[in-house]
Amino acid sequence: MDLVWELLIILLKIVVVVLLFAFPIGSLMTLLGDRKQSSLIQNRIGPNRARLPGINHPLVGIPHFLADGLKMIFKEDIIPRQANRFWHTLAPAISLFPAIALWAVIPFSDHYCTGTATMVDYRDVCVDGAFYNLFSISNLEAGLLYVFAISAVSVYGAAIAGWASNSKFSLLGGLRSSAQMISYEVTMGLSLAGILIIYGTLNLNEMVVVQGQLLWDWLPMWGIVVQPLAFFLFLAAMMAETKRAPFDVPEGESEIVAGYFTEFSSMKFAVIQLSEYVATVFVGSLVSTVFLGGWQVPWLYGDGFYFGNTDEPSIPLPYWLVIVLRVGSFSIKTLFILWLQFMLRWTLPRFRYDQIMTLGWKILLPLSLANLVITAFVVLVLL
Amino acid sequence: MSTHNVTVVERPRRNLWVQSYLPEVAKGLAITSRQFFKNLLTGSDIQTVQYPEVKRDYPLRYRGLHRLTYRDDGQVRCVACMCCSTICPANCIHITAAEHEDTSIEKYPAEFVIDELRCIVCGLCVEACPCDAIRMDSGIHAHPFYERDKAFLNKDYLLDLGGPSTAVQGGVLGSRSAR
Repeated sequence: MDLVWELLIILLKIVVVVLLFAFPIGSLMTLLGDRKQSSLIQNRIGPNRARLPGINHPLVGIPHFLADGLKMIFKEDIIPRQANRFWHTLAPAISLFPAIALWAVIPFSDHYCTGTATMVDYRDVCVDGAFYNLFSISNLEAGLLYVFAISAVSVYGAAIAGWASNSKFSLLGGLRSSAQMISYEVTMGLSLAGILIIYGTLNLNEMVVVQGQLLWDWLPMWGIVVQPLAFFLFLAAMMAETKRAPFDVPEGESEIVAGYFTEFSSMKFAVIQLSEYVATVFVGSLVSTVFLGGWQVPWLYGDGFYFGNTDEPSIPLPYWLVIVLRVGSFSIKTLFILWLQFMLRWTLPRFRYDQIMTLGWKILLPLSLANLVITAFVVLVLL
Repeated sequence: MSTHNVTVVERPRRNLWVQSYLPEVAKGLAITSRQFFKNLLTGSDIQTVQYPEVKRDYPLRYRGLHRLTYRDDGQVRCVACMCCSTICPANCIHITAAEHEDTSIEKYPAEFVIDELRCIVCGLCVEACPCDAIRMDSGIHAHPFYERDKAFLNKDYLLDLGGPSTAVQGGVLGSRSAR
């Protein structure tokens, strides 16, 4: 019976995380991030004409987004005659799979404490009970390695989509995206090596717990505080990894049309597009987990706010409110990073392809290596 | 030897500050996010005109549909001199002249048809008209037509758009010499 409950809870978590968080935010970003945000930056209004039946209000353009989805469903699904039907059909699924699977290890809040939660030395402790994993799909010990592994798989989607389409545009797009993703994966891993040394764990939830500790009793030990350089390196590498602007050369209207998904139409196109946006949301959540303290609210622990390492909380709060605050904090941080990514997209001109390679191999990689060496040295001296 | 007035502009050197990219990115972000929040909160910089609901005024010299002005007594002002149809580069003005009962007027257009499909909206007819009879200041778009016949605007239609002319009928005596 316990096993059934366990399975049900896991299923519920998957449904909530994927269908109620990752997908809606990811697909809404196609509208709010790409169209509304850009329009405001460029002194325009953006889509505001479509109406839901009975509601005479633009609703920040959400009816447009629904109409787009509906349109995608009814579009003709075209497979080019010479294309490889099998792989052409499979490619969208292959690119969507890693984008969803990545969410398995993201902690939305701390493990649920069945007893009374309190704080000892800036760590949550569970008195008369045990921690129960409710807020991440899987509490994987090798969480970060899993993230690296799965995001490395996502290159297959782009490469196969490009290759199976039998189009020069698609092939070039696929080549570009695979070369770019492989180049930036190195930096992505190495820039996090420094933070792994400091936190001493690969488990993402444990990482967030460690970030709850305070430096000099007041500064939360968030990743961005202890590893500022790594934050920028990782953000850049992750944006390149998800092919966001300014690293969006795998698609270029003037050169290779839509890149590796030129030959996709209808829902296949939508799925590829959606997987990119979901991956973008994931970047937001991963960056906030590793560098911005994840679900941590500064100075908030199991039973309230602590200002100083005291026995009693300075502002006591009920446990459910703590959980709400933590999930909210995580969501806001994720949305902030997401907002920043779109802001960067509408701020920076895209790199030329050789500039991307130069940046990746000659600048980011040496910097992340230097960051790793210096971090290792400092940790060795201090601890 | 002649001296050349040449100013040598030095190529901007990229120092480490610029090359490190981050400060420049931050500057760019500051500009875009300032605009973003400004427009999100106040919408003060948004240039969009919500067209069907809000219309912009046309400039005074906007050339819209033609109109024919009329005399003080309501007759058409045109004397069928054919100046406009002669100068029209698109050959879109068709006038059939007829003799007027009033001998002081002599001629008037029995038919006055403008083919709006051919009109290139150059305004030369207005320039050519010696008695301020044809004008393009109605401020009305040349709208699309479903049938070709509807695009031939006849005298009645053009007169409906028209109004009295501000010019004095027959000109002002001695106005040429006064100028």
